[in-house]
Amino acid sequence: MKYGHLILSGLLRKKIRTGLTAGSFAVALFLFAILAVVRGAFQQGVDVAGADRLVVLNRVSIIQPLPLAYRDRLARIPGVTQVTFANWFGGVYQDERNFFPQFAIDRETYRQMFPEFVVPDAEWQAFLADREGAIVGEALAERFTWKVGDRIPIRGTIFPGTWEFNIRGVYRGQRVQDDTSQFWFRWDYLDERKSFAKGFVGWYTVRIADPDAAVRLVKTIDELFANSPSETRTDTEKAFAASWVKQMGNIQLLLLSIGSVVFFTLLLVAGNTMAIAVRERTRELAVLKAVGFSNGFVLTLVIAETLVVAAVGGGVGLGLAKLFTLRGDPTGGLLPFFYLPPSVIILGAALALAVGLMAGILPALSAAKLRVVDALRRV
Amino acid sequence: MVRIDGRGDANSLIRARGLSKTYQRGSEAIHVLQGLNLDVDAGDFVAFMGPSGSGKTTLLNLLGGLDVPSAGSVTVAGDEITRMSARKLTAWRARHVGFVFQMYNLIPVLTAFQNIELPLLLTGLSKAERSRHVETALAVVGLADRMHHYPRQLSGGQEQRVGIARAIVADPTFLLCDEPTGDLDRKSADEILDLLERLVGEHGKTALMVTHDPLAAERARVVLHLEKGVLVDTVTAGRAR
Ligand SMILES: Nc1ncnc2c1ncn2[C@@H]1O[C@H](COP(=O)(O)OP(=O)(O)O)[C@@H](O)[C@H]1O
Ligand SMILES: [Mg+2]
Repeated sequence: MKYGHLILSGLLRKKIRTGLTAGSFAVALFLFAILAVVRGAFQQGVDVAGADRLVVLNRVSIIQPLPLAYRDRLARIPGVTQVTFANWFGGVYQDERNFFPQFAIDRETYRQMFPEFVVPDAEWQAFLADREGAIVGEALAERFTWKVGDRIPIRGTIFPGTWEFNIRGVYRGQRVQDDTSQFWFRWDYLDERKSFAKGFVGWYTVRIADPDAAVRLVKTIDELFANSPSETRTDTEKAFAASWVKQMGNIQLLLLSIGSVVFFTLLLVAGNTMAIAVRERTRELAVLKAVGFSNGFVLTLVIAETLVVAAVGGGVGLGLAKLFTLRGDPTGGLLPFFYLPPSVIILGAALALAVGLMAGILPALSAAKLRVVDALRRV
Repeated sequence: MVRIDGRGDANSLIRARGLSKTYQRGSEAIHVLQGLNLDVDAGDFVAFMGPSGSGKTTLLNLLGGLDVPSAGSVTVAGDEITRMSARKLTAWRARHVGFVFQMYNLIPVLTAFQNIELPLLLTGLSKAERSRHVETALAVVGLADRMHHYPRQLSGGQEQRVGIARAIVADPTFLLCDEPTGDLDRKSADEILDLLERLVGEHGKTALMVTHDPLAAERARVVLHLEKGVLVDTVTAGRAR
C-alpha cells in the first residue's frame, strides 16, 4: 500500500485521541454483540422450533395437566403422524441457584419426536432398562461434571420427596442452538411414584404430516376436546416458543432501543473527532492538494482513516465479546444458549464500518472542498 | 528574458496577460491585480518585491494554478492553465510546479524522506525509483544524513531545505517560492538562497520568488516590484551571469 503510511501517520499523530475513538467503537461493538447474544438466547427456542410440530396444552393454563387418554385420540386424527408427551418436574438439585429444566418424558416416543437431540443407541437402551434412568444434555453434564453412571438426587417441589436418578446417557444437539441443558427421566417412573394427578401428563407434542396444514389441525384438535373437562389450547411449536419470549417482556424492542442509542452516540463521538482531526490538519491537507493530490484523494484519505479506526476498534470489541461468550452462560443456567454466531460478527463488523463511513463522510467532504489558497492563508 | 510590457514572444516559458484579481470583502471590491503582464523564460530567476498586501502571494497562486484570475490568462509551456478544469489543474500542478512556502509546511508526522516523497506518490514510479529520486533531492539540498528525521528534529533552515527538496523531487517545470527565507536567520537564509541560486545556475531550474529581503532579491537575476496591481520598474540586479 503506497498510501498506507499516510493513513497511519494521520491516525498516530494524536495517539490518545485515536485510541479513545477506537475504544468507543470497541465498547459499542462489544455491547452490540452481547445484546445480540442475549436476544439470541431468548429467541433460541423460536429459532429451533420444528415447523411440523404442534404443542397441545391445557386451555386453562400451562400448569394444568391433560389426561393420558388424549394420546390415542390425538394419534387417530388424520394428518397427525406422531404423538409424545412430557411433564415439567421443577425439582431442585442441591441448591435453588442450580436451576435447569427437568422433563419427565415418554420413553417410547420422545426420542423420535425430537431427532435434533442425539442419544447414542447403547445409552438409550440403558435408559429404557432402568426405571430411575436419566438422560442429560451435554452442557448440563459439563456444568456439574456428571458422567454416565452417576446417581443424582433431586428434591421435588411439585412432587414431594427426594428423587434419585441414574445417568444413563448424554445427548448432544445437532445444531449449536439446540438446548443441551435439559434433564430427562422416565414419565412412567414419575407417574408410578407421584401421589396425585396419576394418569395425567403436562403437555403433548404432535407431529403433523404437512406443516402447511398446521392452522387447520390446530383447530381440529381444539374442537375435538371442546366441552370436555380438559379443553386444549394447541399452537405450533414456534408460536409456543414465541409466546414464552413475549412473557419476558418486549426484549426485542428493549435491545433495539439500547443498540440504537449506543450507535447514535458512537456516530456523534466519531464524527466529532474526525471533524476536529480534519480542522487541525487544514494546512497539511492544503499542502497535499498544492502538491497535486486531488480532492477525491483527500476525501478518500479521511474516510480511510475513520474506517481503520472503526475496523480496529470494532474488531477488538467483537473479539472480546467472542471471548466472553466462549466462557458460557454468565447467569448460570438462565440463558443456556449463550453463543455469538458468525452472522452477528459479520453484522457487527458491517455496522462498525457503516458508522465509520457515516462519521467520516462530512469531515471528508469538508476536507475535499477546502480551497488551498484560503487554507494556506490561515495561520 | 523577463518582460513586463506584454510583448514577450511565444518562446516564454511563463506568460501572463492582462491578469486581474479582485476580491470581494463584503460590499467592498479589492482590486489586487489589475491587468498585469509578465513573461519569464526558462532558466530565469525572478524576485518579486512589494509592500505587504500588494498581491505578491496572489500572483504566485495564479501562476501556480492554485487560484483562478478574475480576468486575463496564464500560459505555461504552451498550456493555458487559466482555461483548465479544476481536476486538470490539479494534475498539471503535480507535473509542473514546485511550491516552497515561508512556513515550510512539512507534515509533522512524516519523516524528511516521506515528506519529500509525497509528490512522487502521484507518479507511476516504483518504490525503488522513488527512493532514488528522494535520495538525489536530499543530496542536492545537503541533508542526506537527516532523511529519517522528523521536522521537529530539524532546524528552520533544514526544514526549508526539506521543503525545497520536496519542491524539486518530481523535477517540475518551475519553482514558486513565497518568502522562502522569511522565517529564517541571516545565515540560514543565505544558505537557502545559495541553494536556490545553485538550482537555477547549475541545475537549470526556473524560479520565481517573493521576498521582502533586499539581500535575497539581489540573488535573483531580475527584481520586479508589484505596485497598484501591476509590475513596474525592472531593476536588474548586479550579478550578471
Ligand atoms: N480570499 C481573500 N478574500 C479577500 N481578500 C483577500 C483574499 N486573499 C487576499 N486578499 C487581500 O488581497 C490583498 C493581497 O494579498 P496577498 O496577495 O496575500 O499580498 P502579499 O502577499 O503581497 O502580502 C490583501 O489586501 C489581502 O487582504
Ligand atoms: Mg504574501
